[in-house]
Amino acid sequence: MEEQKKDNSVMLGFWIYLMTDLLMFAVLFAVYAVLRNNTYGGITIREIFNPPFVLVETLILLTSSFVCGLAMMAAHVQDKKKTVIYLITTISLGLIFVGMELYEFSRLISEGNDWTKSAFLSSFFTLTGTHGLHILIGCIWITILLIHIAKRGLTPSTTRKITLAGLFWHFLDIVWIFIFTIVYLMGGGA
Amino acid sequence: MEFIFGKLTLSSLPHEWFTIGGTIAMTAMVGVVALFVTRAKRWKWLWNEWFTSTDPKKIGIMYMIVASLMLVRGAMDAGMIWAQQAISVGSSQGYLTAEHFQQIFTAHGVIMVFFVTMGFLFGLLNYIIPLQIGARDLASPFLNTLGFWLYVAGAIMINLFFVFGGEFAATGWLAIAPLSELQYSPGVGVDFWIWSLQVSGLGTLLGAINFIMTIVKKRAPGMTLGRMPLFVWTSLFAMVLVVSIFPILTATITLLSLDRVLGMHFFTTDLGGNAMMYTNLIWMWGHPEVYVLILPSFGIYSEIVTTFSKKRLSGYTSMVIAGFGVASIALVVWLHHFFTMGAGANVNAFFGIMTSFIAIPAGVQIFNWLATMYKGKLRFSSPMLWFFGFLATFTVGGMAGVILAMPPADFQLHNSLFLVAHFHTMIIGGALFGIFAGITFWFPKVTGFSLNERLGKYAFWCWLIGFLMSFVPLYVLGLMGATRRLDHYDASTGWQPLFIVAGLGFIILMCGALFQIIQIVVSIKQRKQNLDTTGDPWDGRNLEWSTSSPPPFYNFAIIPIVTSRDAFWEMKKNGGMKERPKYEDIEMPKNTALGLYIAGFVFLFGFAMIWHMFWLTIVCVVGGVICVIIRTFDDHTEYTVTATEVAKIEARLRKNYGEVKK
Repeated sequence: MEEQKKDNSVMLGFWIYLMTDLLMFAVLFAVYAVLRNNTYGGITIREIFNPPFVLVETLILLTSSFVCGLAMMAAHVQDKKKTVIYLITTISLGLIFVGMELYEFSRLISEGNDWTKSAFLSSFFTLTGTHGLHILIGCIWITILLIHIAKRGLTPSTTRKITLAGLFWHFLDIVWIFIFTIVYLMGGGA
Repeated sequence: MEFIFGKLTLSSLPHEWFTIGGTIAMTAMVGVVALFVTRAKRWKWLWNEWFTSTDPKKIGIMYMIVASLMLVRGAMDAGMIWAQQAISVGSSQGYLTAEHFQQIFTAHGVIMVFFVTMGFLFGLLNYIIPLQIGARDLASPFLNTLGFWLYVAGAIMINLFFVFGGEFAATGWLAIAPLSELQYSPGVGVDFWIWSLQVSGLGTLLGAINFIMTIVKKRAPGMTLGRMPLFVWTSLFAMVLVVSIFPILTATITLLSLDRVLGMHFFTTDLGGNAMMYTNLIWMWGHPEVYVLILPSFGIYSEIVTTFSKKRLSGYTSMVIAGFGVASIALVVWLHHFFTMGAGANVNAFFGIMTSFIAIPAGVQIFNWLATMYKGKLRFSSPMLWFFGFLATFTVGGMAGVILAMPPADFQLHNSLFLVAHFHTMIIGGALFGIFAGITFWFPKVTGFSLNERLGKYAFWCWLIGFLMSFVPLYVLGLMGATRRLDHYDASTGWQPLFIVAGLGFIILMCGALFQIIQIVVSIKQRKQNLDTTGDPWDGRNLEWSTSSPPPFYNFAIIPIVTSRDAFWEMKKNGGMKERPKYEDIEMPKNTALGLYIAGFVFLFGFAMIWHMFWLTIVCVVGGVICVIIRTFDDHTEYTVTATEVAKIEARLRKNYGEVKK
């Protein structure tokens, strides 16, 4: 009963935190929308956008979210082995995603298109980079959860933590869908 | 060397009169306190009982102490501003350079909003909210200590420029771009501004999430939303506003630091940056922020008016809706801070009308308070005096606000002293008077004895008269064309007499503050005469008065069951507290130092960012993350107080009361 109550308030608190994070992204999106054409004669989103590459990124992230969901379900039926495997898969996919993003960044920078070149590039790097940073934080978080599981098994407290990490992961997935749509498709598609 | 210390060099250390003075004053203060604590052999006690405490009551008191210190700091700035303006006319240049004067008014604004008013609010919320909703602690005691220490870290950061760097931002309290960009503010002043706000803003955000969780999930059985005291309601609205706007602040000043540190171009004048976007974003946070300051004070006034009129609040539902109205309209009026941007007549008209709308819910509240007093048994104790002072000044200030909300008038009054007078009326006459009323009202609950009434009244009259004397001239000056942030003006303007009157008003204000200090000292000395033996010195209405003064660390031995609004009043009427209580085991949160450590790492991180010591930032991130990990591995964050212990403590409390009564 007490545990249940605590669960509820932690869940509420975490949802509020997610909403604050979403508002932060909202600011970054708004800033991007204002600055996206301020390329100052430099590179535009159309030249950055590489459809197959970004599509693969998106699919990787969507798959990781699906696997993360499987991990949550496995945790709820107390299947420790499956939970661990799914969580490791989630992290791996997340790291691949971050690696691809870093590859894209380094390519842009090596071509001389770094964030100091125009307001558009500043907002592009900041928006996508903030998302990437979140994914990285998610990976570290899930790694710590794996240590929790290894040490204690699937106690109610670890299951709760897995649920929260899962929410966080899905949230990042949704933010990426918006980045994919607003930054890439709307900017480079037409 | 450059790798280790970044931009920090020997020439950054104090070498001007005010930095040397500030450094000596701070060192002396810390030294005296440290000496005192060492001589009294209280370090261990301070650490165990206070610094690592998760008890919202103790954290609340610590908030109040820090906020009071910062009030003195901010008031010194105000005095320097007034003194300069009173004498710097014609051929006299006053005693401050223009650059220094700009730093002072920037620091004054930041300190008063972030570290005084917010500090006092979180202090009151911490102490009172759990008591009013019949809870033993907050939903997350850990987040609470973390938030508090982040607030302290921010408060230290904003004073640290005296010692390192020697300059604060000279940009105004919102550091409007592009002035705050590297091109125009190359020094570390703006960086100190950025990081003190980032650090304390994070603390505020965590605190707000915690209070929403607490109010939504931890209310005593039977306390439905419709039975919550008004202070809880308005605090809830304020906290919802905080979680809606502080992310904007965090994001905006992060973008500003990206401009400054990594050479990005969000708000710069070149390469496609858009400086007006900064103004928009910062006011999207900044305007609702002032409603965060005022809303809890509205709640405090409601508590006081009902208690000192011995009546139920009239129009409870309309009060709640009005609070909600204020909070939601607050989010759609930010553009009235810069009608002159040139957004066009239609946009300006929308924001002007929305701004005027705010007067409606504010008016609803004022009329409800008046109706509550009507035919009530009024007692003119000092909390009630603060309320009357508020009622008069706030109405005047609100009218001035409606004038400012009209775009055509605003084009004239924009950036004038009329505006300065307006928002000081709202924040001093509205928020600060409410805080003082709240402190006087709840002081006996916190300490177990009441404040000296006579000195409290002296303090009130000094504040009210001093306030009017300092700010009414500013309204007039604003209409005469005096702009804000003037460090010098021409003798032919004829403004000097009014500036001198305003300066004299400040002296009276300070007499009020002095009376408050004397009041506290005298009240402590005479505490035996003013003891609160019942826990209910004012004949109160809500649950905070149903427990002893000061409350035991667990607040309530038995969680009360609420059956109506004004829960304690009903209990008293029905004699419901008589039957012999049956105690149960209580789970209480353990103390933890991790909040303090994490805040320490965040503080160092900010410091390292200011001086570009990038190795230190990495150390701080790793250190902070390790602290968080340690916390997640700690499953035993609570301990049990057994029923027999509770019975013992309760018996002792009752015995103490009995002895005093004899």
